[in-house]
Amino acid sequence: MTAMLGRLGWAVADTWTITRRDLTHWVNQPAQIVIGLLFPVMIVLMFGYLFGGAVALPGGGDYREFLMPGMFAMTMLFGIETTFAAVAGDAAKGVTDRFRSIPMSGSAVVAGRSVADLLNSVLGLAVMVVCGLAVGWRFHEGAGRAAAAFALLLLLRFAMLWVGIWLGLVVGRPEMLAAIQILVWPLTFVSNTFVPPETMPAWLAAVAQWNPLSATVAAIRDLFGNPGPAGASFAAEHAVALALAWPLALIAVFAPLATRRYRDLNR
Amino acid sequence: MSDSPGTAVLAEGLRKSYRGSAALDGLDLDVPAGAVCGLLGPNGAGKTTTVRILSTLLRADAGRALVAGHDVARDPAGVRRSIGLVGQHAAVDEQLSGRQNLEMFARLSHLGAAARRADELLARFGLADTGRKPAGRYSGGMRRRLDLAAGLILRPKVLFLDEPTTGLDPGARNEMWDAVRDLVAGGTTVLLTTQYLEEADRLADMICVIDHGRVIARGTPEELKSRLGGDRIDVVVRERRDLAAVTEILAKVGLAEPRAEPAVRRVSVPVEERVAALGDLTRALRERDIAAEDIAVRRPTLDEVFLTLTGGRS
Repeated sequence: MTAMLGRLGWAVADTWTITRRDLTHWVNQPAQIVIGLLFPVMIVLMFGYLFGGAVALPGGGDYREFLMPGMFAMTMLFGIETTFAAVAGDAAKGVTDRFRSIPMSGSAVVAGRSVADLLNSVLGLAVMVVCGLAVGWRFHEGAGRAAAAFALLLLLRFAMLWVGIWLGLVVGRPEMLAAIQILVWPLTFVSNTFVPPETMPAWLAAVAQWNPLSATVAAIRDLFGNPGPAGASFAAEHAVALALAWPLALIAVFAPLATRRYRDLNR
Repeated sequence: MSDSPGTAVLAEGLRKSYRGSAALDGLDLDVPAGAVCGLLGPNGAGKTTTVRILSTLLRADAGRALVAGHDVARDPAGVRRSIGLVGQHAAVDEQLSGRQNLEMFARLSHLGAAARRADELLARFGLADTGRKPAGRYSGGMRRRLDLAAGLILRPKVLFLDEPTTGLDPGARNEMWDAVRDLVAGGTTVLLTTQYLEEADRLADMICVIDHGRVIARGTPEELKSRLGGDRIDVVVRERRDLAAVTEILAKVGLAEPRAEPAVRRVSVPVEERVAALGDLTRALRERDIAAEDIAVRRPTLDEVFLTLTGGRS
């Protein structure tokens, strides 16, 4: 019992040490994190003011109010790149091996990564909320439902964390980040993030409706009370359930895959 | 073989294959406590695989290994508390300063006074005044020293150095060698892998030559060198037509058949006693009036060690 508590104590302490490592990166290289935080802001401005004027929502409503929930979810999806770069970089530079050769808690490597990346995403969301408020976005359904929306966003981020860890361990080469970015973009565009799927050809609309990102976006539009065409599709009607189910399903697949991949590093 | 308290590293019949090809093929190793053992071999001989198994990063397919008395398969945590590992990459966080790196690894190794340990190591490796500069902006030699410092955080009983000087310039290499000699004076057992006979010769008390995943020769550097025919003499002639005559002369003063390389006008031969051989050689050249552009006495290269040990197989 004491030994178990001792092990747990070290796991917590090691997790905090790994988290602090990332926080120290922010302090050492502030430019890097500021650019990461401002990139989604740039996209908001680009789509909100450059393209947004040309988008007429089928159900009416303000385009920037429609856009912001999509931008929140997109910021969570981009987290996959942060996680991937960190995990692949450590693997390539031998830092992962150093962690594995010292008497630290093995689970702390992943737990510390999770805490650091979630903190990064909370910060990213905060910046996006400020940005949203500045361009006219509001939440209309009360603080409780808004909090539920942010919880759904962080759940999506947590799922992306496991996908990112798995990809980082499988690929193991940080220079492949560009490839991941190229894959992430169509995932963002073929969804309800920027335009309502109803305006797409039927087959593409179906893909966009079933995109896991769309589930979260539709659900939080509903929770924030932002305009979102209430289509008659199954995906649109069960948005909140899907916004829970999709990330949980991704976690159920990728958390065991990533854990097994980490354990198999000794093969 | 025994696993007496005097043995720091013991490996018996280690086997490991990747996708059907054997990286280790029954490797045995026995390093006494306090010794520096050099694992010498070409790329792909199994040196890194051996180090990775002994440092618990990799599981062997068969065989057993004890490091500082702990079984690598059954008690990896015990092994990790007793070892330091300095791999081929400088495995440090490039966005952290040297001090931040060492403090992090000290904390993760569950040392009480992490900051003090970091300070000690920074001072010892001449990194104390690097301040907040991220390790990514260090020179190659500095990064290697930081890497070595990180490997020493736990005051390990056994230190693994995997090709510690590959890619370093001569100055940085000498610094690394000095650091390793200091460690040994402090009683640490060192297992180092290298492709360079000279490095093994300078640092190691004992050398194990590895080829195709097994130890093909072991002994002190002196023992191995005398077994391998000791020094070589190289003669470079001015005129290519003299090659045959020089080969004939060297056959008389040398221990084995001379090897001629017409492209560079060079003939070389292993010799027993280099001063006497050199005397005989210069006298014979003068008698036959052959102009030599260069005459050099040198240690055998790794290629020649291998040719000798494997009978030309490799």
